[in-house]
Amino acid sequence: MSDSLYTATSRRDGAPGAAGDFVALLKPRVMSLVVFTGFVGMLIAPGTIHPVLAAVAVLCIAVGSGAAGAINMWYDRDIDAVMARTRHRPIPSGRIAAGEALGFGIFLSVASVAMMGLMVNWAAGSLLALAILFYVFVYTVWLKRRTPQNIVIGGAAGAFPPMIGWAAVTGSVSVESVALFALIFFWTPPHFWALSLYRCGDYHDAGVPMLPVVAGKAVTKRQMLFYTVLLMPVALAPTMLGMAGWIYGASSIVLGLGFVLAALAVLRSDADAPARRMFGYSLFYLAGHFALLLIDGSAGLSG
Amino acid sequence: MVSLVTHEQGAPRGGGRDGRGGGDRRRRLRSRNIAVAAVLAAMVVLFYVVAIVKMSGG
Repeated sequence: MSDSLYTATSRRDGAPGAAGDFVALLKPRVMSLVVFTGFVGMLIAPGTIHPVLAAVAVLCIAVGSGAAGAINMWYDRDIDAVMARTRHRPIPSGRIAAGEALGFGIFLSVASVAMMGLMVNWAAGSLLALAILFYVFVYTVWLKRRTPQNIVIGGAAGAFPPMIGWAAVTGSVSVESVALFALIFFWTPPHFWALSLYRCGDYHDAGVPMLPVVAGKAVTKRQMLFYTVLLMPVALAPTMLGMAGWIYGASSIVLGLGFVLAALAVLRSDADAPARRMFGYSLFYLAGHFALLLIDGSAGLSG
Repeated sequence: MVSLVTHEQGAPRGGGRDGRGGGDRRRRLRSRNIAVAAVLAAMVVLFYVVAIVKMSGG
């Protein structure tokens, strides 16, 4: 990070950023899906949890996720300033000083992990710490700027929330919670590559080696199709494991076929529109699966 | 800022015959992509095997 860039991305008036800017550091849109999947993981886990502790667990997952996002924004402030999608974020636009964002992120990371560990249990607290550390050090610092496989491996960070929710209730990790982890893990590559296809120029300008930038769009589209096909048996695992019934299973197949068709549409087209549609559909796909788990989950709160 | 050899700059489409490294780089990238995808596919199979063994009381 050059000094000139640091100066350009730091507040010079010494005034603290507005509350809304600190909220923006937490990536609230990403947080909403994280909270939802974590909440579902908690609700379908076998066992019971006091409602107050359930609320604390959800709050910790939300704050931990946001804290990791804030540290990510601190580290990536140089490339965020280059990309159109991110140049209006609080740090590159100068509304929050880089050091403030880092301190904010570290404080919230420690606080959320400590609160989860002390009030809920240390299995959930440890998983939350692992998710934050994985996102910051493995994805942001190590993989993102080095390899086009960044979001394949780094996607694990976003897959932890349902496992954390499950651990908040059961105090452990099980095959069932790994299945929930796998659902998000295998969903991440086609989801993120759809975005990177129509934001390819941004990533190129910022020097981020996303797959479409270094390998070309055709290779990326074939990889997306592969992962959407691979995702189908992964998404069916909850039914196979008895965590969900046939409503979930049948719906998962339908949603999965829709995802494969979306990937085929992307593969056959040179336009951005199919990739944009696939990105939107991927959000519906994941939210739909977790909503179906809530509806058709066999474990239930009373466990 | 990281240096980046992009598809457009250094990795010729259908490359490997230019003898200037772009094709090699592209082949390595392709091998890694396939390797990661194969490992992940194997993980799915392994997960199912473990789950079946566990569910059957093994």
